[in-house]
Amino acid sequence: MKNVNLSTSLVGVKLRNPLVLASGIVDTTASALVYALNNGAGAVIIKSISPEPRTGHKEPILHAIQGGSMINAVGLSNPGMELGAEEIKLAKSRTKEPIIANIVAFTVKDFGVCAKTITKGNPDLIEVNMSCPNVDDEHGKPFACDPELAAQVTKEVKANTNIPIIVKLSPNVANIAVIAKAVEAAGADAITCINTIGGMVIETKTATPIISNKVGGLSGAAIKPVAVKAIYECYKAVNIPILGTGGVTTGNDAIEQLMAGAVAVGIGTAVYTRGIQVFDKINKEIEEFMQENNYNSISELVGLAHKKENKQ
Amino acid sequence: MLKVAQIKEEYPGTKSFFFNHTLNSQPGQFVMIWLPGLGEKPMSIAADNGNQFQITISGVGPFSKAIQNIKEQDTIGIRGPLGTHFNLKGETIALVGGGYGAGPMAFLAEKAVFANHKPQNIHYILGARTKELLLFEQRMKTIGVNIHITTDDGSQGKQGRVTDALKEMIEEVDMIYCVGPEMMERAVFDLAQQHNKPCEISIERYMKCGIGICGSCCVDPTGWRMCKEGPVLNQDQIKKVAEFGKYHRDATGKKHPF
Repeated sequence: MKNVNLSTSLVGVKLRNPLVLASGIVDTTASALVYALNNGAGAVIIKSISPEPRTGHKEPILHAIQGGSMINAVGLSNPGMELGAEEIKLAKSRTKEPIIANIVAFTVKDFGVCAKTITKGNPDLIEVNMSCPNVDDEHGKPFACDPELAAQVTKEVKANTNIPIIVKLSPNVANIAVIAKAVEAAGADAITCINTIGGMVIETKTATPIISNKVGGLSGAAIKPVAVKAIYECYKAVNIPILGTGGVTTGNDAIEQLMAGAVAVGIGTAVYTRGIQVFDKINKEIEEFMQENNYNSISELVGLAHKKENKQ
Repeated sequence: MLKVAQIKEEYPGTKSFFFNHTLNSQPGQFVMIWLPGLGEKPMSIAADNGNQFQITISGVGPFSKAIQNIKEQDTIGIRGPLGTHFNLKGETIALVGGGYGAGPMAFLAEKAVFANHKPQNIHYILGARTKELLLFEQRMKTIGVNIHITTDDGSQGKQGRVTDALKEMIEEVDMIYCVGPEMMERAVFDLAQQHNKPCEISIERYMKCGIGICGSCCVDPTGWRMCKEGPVLNQDQIKKVAEFGKYHRDATGKKHPF
């Protein structure tokens, strides 16, 4: 079998393979981030860091659904931006692979404050979580649901850091491409498609919503086609790179999102369905697909579905 | 959701809950217990005979106190069994339980007694602050293991710590198992290391999801999740967990020294 090149690039940051540990999945500490890298991740994103420490919602915070999906509402637990920056710095000292920060805040101004502080940890990139569906009751609708607000947050973050930023978009909107265009115009260096989809599960014997927050974010296999569509539509709408995320469980799933237009692919729920070794497993599956179908590099796959469409 | 078949008060403020359900758990594993509206917490399994399993809970926090109000025939949510478990090996084994750790250790003792290849000598070392807080002494007498009791105040057994009792027999044991407060576990681990004895110890960390996703229970510097790669680790693994006996993290991820 010939060798294929799995490396890719996200806003100039080189990844040895296209699999990125998604924010919110086993990634609260430097040790956890390095653990995922040791299991084959190409890059890792820390769990969202807010200006102040947060304990998150009361448990249950997560419910697994048959077929490789889950609903969660952790409630953005994190130790706050000062300790968050320290964990990033520590992670950076322990690996050469890319460490991506993730920030969240509840006012436009606080996004800037958080970006400035987290920059001290010197992450390779900063993902901006303006699309968490799980704190609506506390803080109103996510910023990513409004193009004007999304643009304001993007500008504020850009004004407070020289590190490239990735804006994480919400699928819980009428037209995701409109938001993508707005954040691109405001200076976003890349976008993540998509955050989780609002969902709910009820235990029927006791008629109780299982998640303590009542509603949560649906992730995993169930949302993969939604993510593929969002990536596909955003790829048409913007010129900045896309980090695909949503339901990738196998190598074929990852390739689907690359072909829709993503340059790299987030892995989250699949850590539950296939174990922490999921990165090595999916990389191997991508490699096999590329060998069988005569692809040499990831860049040949990115946006390929659009090229085929143009020929039709 | 499972019905509570039977409840037994072990001592004031601590109850055992029995469920007529085939859980297929192993000693050292845990379940997530959900009380609708009140929350969800991990609890270690104190017994499992294949048809019935037992959870023993002391009312210390708001959640474990609320559990004390559960009545027989009430229904609660159970997820599991979760995590790694103890592995029986050796002819002379020492099971060291402190406080709530008596549950999984008693479960392991029963497993050892009824194993196809029963270890020749099973030492059950049980420690507590005072005699009223000793758990499962009668249960262990029934199955005929060697019981060694230590209490901080000397109200029963020998006055002192479980490590004092362990020291007396450590040269003759092949394998040490331990669950208890972390500083006690650390003392047992250090003693086992000094005498070059293998051991398995259950390490408890703040858990939210129980299935290896939320990252709350990851330890430094390995990143291992105590709900997935743990809670039971062997001596070679524990050597790599630098935070063992030093600090743990709270719900936000902030470190707290023991």
